[in-house]
Amino acid sequence: MLVNGKAHKVGAHIDTDAIIPARFLVTTDAKILGENCMEGLEPGWVKRVHKNDIIVADENFGCGSSREHAPIAILGAGIPVVVAKSFARIFYRNGFNMGLVLLEVGDDIDKLRDGDSFEVDTHAGHIKNLTTGEAVTCAKVPPFMQELLEAGGLVPYVKKRLAARKK
Amino acid sequence: MSHTLAEKILQAHTDEQIIGAGQIVNCRLSLVLANDITAPLAVKSFKAMGAKGVFDRDKVALVCDHFTPNKDIASAEQVKVVREFAREMGVTHYYEGGNVGVEHALLPELGLIGPGDVIIGADSHTCTYGGLGAFATGMGSTDIAAGMALGENWFKVPPTIRVTITGQLPEYIGGKDLILALIGKIGVSGALYRALEFDGPVIDALSMEGRMTMANMAIEAGGKAGLFPVDDKTLAYCKAAGRRGDKKIAADSGATYERHVTIDVTGMAPQVACPHLPENVRPVDELGDIRIDQAVIGSCTNGRIEDMRAAAAVLKGRKAAPGVRLIILPATPKIWRQAMEEGLFEIFLDAGAVVGPPTCGPCLGGHMGILAGGERCISTTNRNFRGRMGSLDSEVYLSNPAVAAASAVAGVITNPAKL
Ligand code: SF4
Repeated sequence: MLVNGKAHKVGAHIDTDAIIPARFLVTTDAKILGENCMEGLEPGWVKRVHKNDIIVADENFGCGSSREHAPIAILGAGIPVVVAKSFARIFYRNGFNMGLVLLEVGDDIDKLRDGDSFEVDTHAGHIKNLTTGEAVTCAKVPPFMQELLEAGGLVPYVKKRLAARKK
Repeated sequence: MSHTLAEKILQAHTDEQIIGAGQIVNCRLSLVLANDITAPLAVKSFKAMGAKGVFDRDKVALVCDHFTPNKDIASAEQVKVVREFAREMGVTHYYEGGNVGVEHALLPELGLIGPGDVIIGADSHTCTYGGLGAFATGMGSTDIAAGMALGENWFKVPPTIRVTITGQLPEYIGGKDLILALIGKIGVSGALYRALEFDGPVIDALSMEGRMTMANMAIEAGGKAGLFPVDDKTLAYCKAAGRRGDKKIAADSGATYERHVTIDVTGMAPQVACPHLPENVRPVDELGDIRIDQAVIGSCTNGRIEDMRAAAAVLKGRKAAPGVRLIILPATPKIWRQAMEEGLFEIFLDAGAVVGPPTCGPCLGGHMGILAGGERCISTTNRNFRGRMGSLDSEVYLSNPAVAAASAVAGVITNPAKL
């Protein structure tokens, strides 16, 4: 997948209460959750996001609760990719299960500035900064996770396995 | 091959040979759980997977604890989805209303958790069950749906950090202080993707409640699991909860650890995590005068009977300071009844406390104690992220129940030894 968009940079340890506060957890609707994405970080944050923009974050992005509403809110806001120095564990798993692409770049995160335009090749793990011309390559997505993404997420993956069991 | 506690438990649930950290293995599940927030999404995914039934109706637990008693129409609708799913699938362990408690206090008490179990829950504090020697970890709703449908899920074998606690435990120090001290030391991502394994003389002497409090907050260090070896105390707890046939489990000698952290508790003062991260930990005596508007005692971290007793011991014959709202929520109906029978409620009410039902409530900013802008709360819960308990301009400090009670009395954050 090739994604072209602007970077919205956030800090370290962005928790799931920042991504989607508990008061919005009374729905599972991606559109409503998307409209309130990052409402716990800064009210109205999502208003400056355009479709296919990306989030660039420091370490431990998505720490806190196991709420799947967090990756859904990000996807619902039109953001298909999050690039971070590192991710919290449950969020990392949830992201792939929901089809949100998560790329871990370590210290190279400092090369990705707020407002820059990027082209991201999610399969190859290449990130090109169209504003500065600089390129960043990230840690490869583990083979098992790639299998999940290729199946289209965990739901179609399990569907296939359930069907195989019946035979 | 020598296994850590995490590897040993996972090995017993998979046909693959576990050779070390980083390996991805499929494990059979002992229990799969979800709550009123995460179950509706799991139901949605479960249906989308085309699943017709749960893998074992006795091994799925659905606990509607977060917004209970349902705080508004939307939360009531969510519970309805969970209730109807539980009925349709014939799920044995469905809890709401009068039999519900905060999930991680409730399920061990009901005997649904045992040593050596592999448990996944759509709730990050599922790691609490590590206190009983179960490999338990939080996942998202769709992973839980997969678990409910297949009875198994994949795990990446985590590296383990060994944590040894030594020394002489001072008065007013419990599991909460030990885990806060550790998080202060290694940071909120110090155990990212890793398992924590606890040992040492202080751990041997610690109550089951204290162990569960510690395992509960493994996630606040980024951990995947917080594991305790299974000893006579664990077996006695499990037996009292109605279980039979549980066995002791410990790591193999010679197992490979990524890192070894030692904490000496001798002379330790109660620990407090300051806003807005659980790693901002300081001894209570170094905080200065921090005025509070609210104190909350409860949650899956510190809402057990031992916590109620610790709060009562401080509150006995004392009153909450004027202007401080003291909210006490025993975590399950059984704890509630026990606190009532032991006369603790009289002490709480005399102190001016509000005693509420078993619920997550204020812990996640759900209801029953939301903070206004500029307000400050000391809480026995586990997270103090910005806005966690209400307004983005409010503040949460985390402590053990004795400190929360003493602070309610003094009106400022206080060491109970100094009351
Ligand atoms: S008490 Fe708080 S941390 Fe525990 S399960 Fe409920 S909301 Fe989560």
